[in-house]
Order: sequence, then structure tokens, then C-alpha cells
Amino acid sequence: MTFTLAAESEKIVDELLTRYPTKQAACLPLLHLCQRQAGWVSPDVIQYVSRRLELPASEVQGVVTFYTMYHQKPVAPNVVWVCRTLSCELRGARELQAHLEHRFGCHANGTSKDGLFTLKKAECLAACGQAPMVQINDDYHENLTVDALDRILDDIAARTGAATKSSNGKG
Amino acid sequence: MIELPCVLTNRYRVPQSWSLRNIESLGAYEQAKRAYTQLEPAAITAEVKEANIRGRGGAGFPAGMKWGFLAKAELAPYLVVNADEGEPGTFKDRTIMERDPHRLVEGCLIAMRAVGAHVCYIYVRCELVTSIRRLEAAIEEARERGYIGKRPFGTEHAAEVYVHMGAGAYVCGEETALLNSLEGKRGEPRLKPPFPAVKGAFGAPTIVNNVETVASVPDILRMGGKAWSEQSRLPRDGGTRLYGVSGHVKKPGIFEGPVGLTLREIIYEIGGGMLHPDRPLKAVIPGGSSTPVLRPGDLVHAPEASHPLHAWHGKSHIDVPIGVDTMRALGTMLGTCCAIVIDSSTSMVDVACNLMKFYSHESCGQCTPCREGSGWLHDVLKNLQAGRGRPEDADLLVEIANNMMGNTICAFADGTAMPMLGLVQKFRNEFVEAGKRGVGTHTLGATARALMTRTTTGGAP
Repeated sequence: MTFTLAAESEKIVDELLTRYPTKQAACLPLLHLCQRQAGWVSPDVIQYVSRRLELPASEVQGVVTFYTMYHQKPVAPNVVWVCRTLSCELRGARELQAHLEHRFGCHANGTSKDGLFTLKKAECLAACGQAPMVQINDDYHENLTVDALDRILDDIAARTGAATKSSNGKG
Repeated sequence: MIELPCVLTNRYRVPQSWSLRNIESLGAYEQAKRAYTQLEPAAITAEVKEANIRGRGGAGFPAGMKWGFLAKAELAPYLVVNADEGEPGTFKDRTIMERDPHRLVEGCLIAMRAVGAHVCYIYVRCELVTSIRRLEAAIEEARERGYIGKRPFGTEHAAEVYVHMGAGAYVCGEETALLNSLEGKRGEPRLKPPFPAVKGAFGAPTIVNNVETVASVPDILRMGGKAWSEQSRLPRDGGTRLYGVSGHVKKPGIFEGPVGLTLREIIYEIGGGMLHPDRPLKAVIPGGSSTPVLRPGDLVHAPEASHPLHAWHGKSHIDVPIGVDTMRALGTMLGTCCAIVIDSSTSMVDVACNLMKFYSHESCGQCTPCREGSGWLHDVLKNLQAGRGRPEDADLLVEIANNMMGNTICAFADGTAMPMLGLVQKFRNEFVEAGKRGVGTHTLGATARALMTRTTTGGAP
């Protein structure tokens, strides 16, 4: 299926292209926009970006594989990034990771059995003074304990579950 | 308790300090207005030179001098702000972008006027969602007021500021990798020369500065370069700066202080002391993970009066004021000035393994010594950790690290090898013992393993 960007996002792309002297420079922001809409960077997204910016698809693919924030396969509605670098590790990140693997029933890069969460390991997220921390979607959750993280996840799971049900109902 | 200055951070405590109406009475954009309507570009650069501000991104290069290197070319120069904060242990720039984004935007405007740039890109790592939102809102507010645009403050010097989102790659904090990433390419560092000041973004001369460096410029103009510089406790390294402390301390966080505080002050006074009173300080990584580790028990040996550290002869390494030059003289680096504190319960093999995992994951892969070397270091350390190592692995780590140093396009390999060498040199015994004993040094993993055992035998979650 061919990927197309929503009309209002196309307007953003037009504005983006005025910011740089080359079209190629819009590659990273455009991929972010596409990922926000599609949930991941599918081969169709790569084709679309390559056409939109007049770049070889191989070049776009090279960019996608270089950066960790582009999902190269579909992910769950919520992505949980556990910071595993030194400052967080010294304050219990490993326990958080172990707990999440157990709760979700999957390892890093896997998706929870209920399909609501994808678990990822992150390198330093610049929140060392509030360690340990995880990033869930756009939000930082800092100074965590296993219990505090569980409460946050329960809350997100309830909201995501309700949203999925209501959209199914409509469909 | 030390009295801490409040210059760069003077608006942090204002409620909703990111909104212009809340900080206007506190002088926001007054210096940018002065820079555009009253000052000549050369006069701005002269103040920044006199301020002795050393780049806040890690390398500590004098910022005023960097501005002076900008090549005269047909293409208009660019200003690029490096907000790809990702050095493990470093979390200072984020506080500026989240709590006082207008100070950074004002700094950008002044720097653009000084170097003759009309476009500025702030390259922010995409994980910092709040920083990006607040910066974009701040830019919009400044545009509405007529501070940014075709005629800022009614003058002819057009100035545009854009936020450019990264996509998750530590190496993009290296300035030439950042420029490639800005151009929409893979973030692989470029060969230097040409340096960015000659040929940078889109082939034009480019100044790349760290967030904190640029955000300090409004205060340098307000106070005057000399007065700003004299806030420091050290010569040729001026001003106040952001310090960070994380790891095993009671009160981790970011605070502002004069250049030249000591690690002892940072850990025991500002950081509130060690997290567990019964676990004394074992080691401290002074300024982000690429800076070699220091031990509190090591004493400065500088009997000759000509030695740069002579004033601290016989004192502990953590009693030396931390500055770009003093840390270099100690065989480490100031880096980003964000310390990671490690207590006596921690295995340095675990610390090394955690850091080398980071570097092997983040190496861009262009240069063989770095791509392979960082992976080998991690493999050797994993073996040591898992009880499959040998005592001579300590020498192997040194050999691999030495083969990485200076053999690559950018400083990433050096930034990997230096902390590795420092760890083996200062804690050699732990690496040899791990090799001899095999299993048994997993202090970081012990609690996690206990938890795993408990939960796997304990039935459903």
C-alpha cells in the first residue's frame, strides 16, 4: 500500500523545506512526521520520503538504519525506553529492566503479551540526576521505584485499553 | 556551605519561566536588542573573548577564539547550536532548554549578529520532547515580538532560528557528525580539515557552539566580559557554569557555580554527601563518561613550582579546583562538568562493562579501530564479568584501547579508550581478580538477579 502523509502534515513539510538550502536536510524531520502517523518507518514510508525529497531510496534507508529512534518494524501503542547507562545503572535501572521483562513477558525489543507495550533499552537520556528513569512515548518518568513504575504502567494500560475498545466500537 | 551565584540560572525559579511575559521584567532580550541596535559585531566578539569562556560542550575550546576563526566566504555563515546532549552523566543543557529557553534564543540572536549569520539551527536530540516544545514556543514568541525574522529589533540584519530534531545517535554530538545529520545524512563524522569554521553546514562557514556556551552570551554582554570572567576561581577559564552530580550521592542534580569548584565541594556539600553513609567514595568520573576516572586517595605530586598543579601539591585529586586546564594536568578532562559518583560497593569491572556497552552501541562504524575496538572491549569485559575471563585480560584491554587512540577520524575512539585506560590503570587489581576468580563481582547485577529469582519462583506477577 502506498503511504501518503495527512494533508495538514504536508503543510508542515512545505514549511520545513523553506528552512534549509537543500531538500535532503528535511530527511530527519520528515521521517519523524511519517513515523508519528504510521507508527513505524515501513518500506512504503521510505519510498514516500525518497520521492518527496528526490533522494535515492537507498540513501533514505541508510539514514533510517543509522538512527535508533526510527522503528524499523511495527511497535505497540506505547514504547517504554529504559535508560541503562551508568548513572541510572548505579541507582537501580537493572531492577527496573528485570521487572519490566517479567511484567511484559518479553525481552528488550519485544512487545508485551497484551500488545500494549514495546520494551526498549535506551542509552543515556540526559536525566542522570533523576535516576533511575524510563521514557514512555514522549514523557520522562524520573526517580522511579518498581512500585511507582507499576502504577504508571497500570494507568497507561487502562487508558490505552479504553482507547482501543472505543475505536473498535466505532469501526 | 558555599554561596552559589545565580547568573545563568537566575530565572529558573520563576513560575512558568519558559513564557516570555513572565521573564520580561528580568531583562530577557535586552542584550539582544543592544547587540542589534547599538553594538558592532567586533565589539560583541571582543567581550566574549575577554570573558574567557571555554566551550561548555566538553572540549573546552575558548569560544571567543572560535568565533574569530570564521572564514570570510561568499556563502553566508551559519550558527549551529549543539543540543545533542547525550554524554552519559550529563544533563545540564536540558535544564536551560526546559526552564529558560528564551536565554538560549537570545544567545543565538547575539551570536548570529556577532558572526554575521542569518540562520541558526538548534540541533536537539529528539528524546528531549519538552525541550523541543519549549524552544519552539519560545522562538514563536520571539518572532511575534519582532525579535526574530526579516528585521529583528527593526534592523537590517535578518535572523531566523530553527529547531532541528535529531533521531538518536550519540555520535551526532561530534560537531561534523552533527552537520551531516543536519544535512539529512547518516551522522558520520567528517575528516578535518576543513574545519566547520571554513566549510561546515551546507558547505558554508559554520560556528558550532554548545547550548550553555550560547546561553551565557547575554550575561557576558550585560556584565561585560571582564566582570563575567572574574566570577571564576581560575585564570583563563572564566565565569560561572552549570555543574551536575549523579550516581551515589544524596542530592543529585544540576546547580550553577563559579568555574573551579572542587569535586569534594560538589559531592559532599552540594551533592549532600554519599548516598549510603557506610559506603565511602571509591571513584568519581569528573565530567561525563569519556573523562578518565579519579580516586579520592590519590595525591597531587607537583613539587616543582613551575608545575600547573603546584598549588595543590600533596592534596587529594578531589581537592583540585575543576577547570579545563587543571583537569588536563591531572590526566583527565573537565568534559561537560557533570560528575558521576561511585561508592565502595561498586565493581569497576561492572562500571567498565556498562560504559563500553554504551560506546560499542554508539560507534558510528566508519573507522575500523573504533567499530571493532569498542566491541572487543565490551566482549572482553562481558567475559570478565561472567567468569569466563583470564587475569591477562587486563593487559588485553589496555592493548585494544591503545590501538584505538588517535587512529580514527573523530575523537569518539579516544573518548572510549581514555576512560578504559583510566579504569584499568587505577583499578587494575579488580580486573585481574575478576579474571582469576571468574564469577563473583556482579555488584550491579546482584540485586537484579535476586529479584529475578524471587519473581520466577514466586508464580504470576
